[in-house]
This record gives sequence, structure tokens and C-alpha cells, in this order.
Amino acid sequence: MAQAADPERGKALYESRCSGCHSLDQDRVGPRHRGVVGRKAGSVAGFEYSAALRASRVVWSAKTLDAWLANPERLIPGQRMNYSVPDDADRAALIAYLTQPAAAAR
Amino acid sequence: MLNHKRRSFLTASATTTLSAAAFGLIAGVPGRGLAMGMNGARDVDILNVALGLEHEAINAYQLGAQSGLLQKPVLDAAVLFQSHHKGHRDALIATIEKLGGRPAAEKPMAEYARTLNAATIKSQEDILNLAARLELGASNAYLGVIPSFQDANLAKVAARLAADETMHWTALSGVLGRQLPGAPLSFGA
Repeated sequence: MAQAADPERGKALYESRCSGCHSLDQDRVGPRHRGVVGRKAGSVAGFEYSAALRASRVVWSAKTLDAWLANPERLIPGQRMNYSVPDDADRAALIAYLTQPAAAAR
Repeated sequence: MLNHKRRSFLTASATTTLSAAAFGLIAGVPGRGLAMGMNGARDVDILNVALGLEHEAINAYQLGAQSGLLQKPVLDAAVLFQSHHKGHRDALIATIEKLGGRPAAEKPMAEYARTLNAATIKSQEDILNLAARLELGASNAYLGVIPSFQDANLAKVAARLAADETMHWTALSGVLGRQLPGAPLSFGA
């Protein structure tokens, strides 16, 4: 039986892999992540998305985030992130971190 | 408090010219013009994300240099690192334009100050911690996009950028008295 994903490990992964471009509360090179679960892709007000993200009908959930992190171009062709997380457990930990209350919408 | 030995670690020992850096980065990219294909467009998108990181780093070091909190020789090192980022920026702009793309624009410095929470910075150590975080993030970002490039020459450019950011992170970590990574292959993982 698979172990539950650890949000603390996800936080550490977020710091090392995602924080170059993202933060929870500020739009930087990438959009802010607070409250990402349940949000429509390409919908953070004021962030300049690719046309592909703006046109996408994807809503971020554990399932769609997993597909996005595994291969963003496969999920939304024409996206601009081009950074993937190949390891299943790493993706699960990152999603656990982004799903926990501390990263939820305020 | 940062001691003299650690500060000395940051003493600049080499200089470079931006034009030389730009030429070196784009030298391996074959001449291509406006007829950018789908793959070329994706490569340009990746380069523009990198350019966004470089704009941010340049402004972060500028904020640090203007804060009055950086003391020599740390200030000299910050200016040197900023010059590296300016070299990266110029090389990326030249490469994007050579590929027929439009380089991402720099935002006003006040915007970077806001998104980097510059108002919370109160000491030299705060600035170095911010710089180290940005350098590590950029290094990992560059390493992470290498497999996505269609053009192997551009993948090499990303690796060279990552090497510079890792050099900065290592120097900053030394000044901050941080332990170096105990495990191998910690970058890009």
C-alpha cells in the first residue's frame, strides 16, 4: 500500500523546484499558487498567461495537477512552463503541499 | 554577523565583458530568422521564462545595492553577480531575437520590490538570504527545463546559465555560513 504523500516534504520540494518562478502569494515569472486547487487554469487575475492556458478548460485538482506536473505540454499544448516533475512520489508530495489548508485560498 | 573570512570569500577575482558573454552563449545557435517553427517557438518560450528570471535577479541585486545595507566586499560581489545576470539577460535577448521571438520585457523595479517582499529586508543577511534563494531557484529552473529544449545548443545554454547561478549560490552560502549539500546530485532534483 502506498504511503500518504507528505506535505512537509512537498513544501521542501516546492522550495527547491518551484520557488525559482513561483510563490504562494505573488505573481512572479509564474502565477501565484495559493488556492490553486479548484481554480480554473489560466485564471489568476492580472497574470499574463500563454494563449494556451487562457483557452484551457482545465480545472486544477489533484488529478489534473499530477498530469500537468508530469508533462505540462501533453496536458495543455502550447503552455510556457516546460518544467516537469518526473517522479510520482515527488508530484504527490507537491500536490499534498498545495492542497493543505496552509496553501489554500484565504 | 558575517565575519571577514566569509566576506573575503566573495571578493571578486574576475571580470568579463557582456558582449563576450552574449557572443559565447549564442555562438552555437545556428542562424535562423523569422520563420520560427513550432519547436523553435517552444524554445523561445523557455528562453523567455529564463529572461524573466534574469530580469528579477538583476532587480533584486539592484534593490540590495541601493539599500545601503551591503558592506564591502559583499557589495562588490553583489555588483559582480548582477553583472553576470545582465550578461545572461543580454545573451538571452540576443538569442530570442535571433530565433525570431520577442523578448519578455523588464517590469518596473517597484514591481519586483513588491513581489520579492523587499519591504521586509532589514539587514545584509536578509539580502543575502533572498539572493541565495533566487539563485538556487534559478539554477534548479534552468536544470529542469533542459530536457524540454528542441535545440541541443539551447539546452547547453541553460546548463551554462545554471552553472553561473550555482556558483553564485555557493558563494552566498559560504558567506551565510551554510553547510554545503551533503548528498550528491542535489541541484536540479
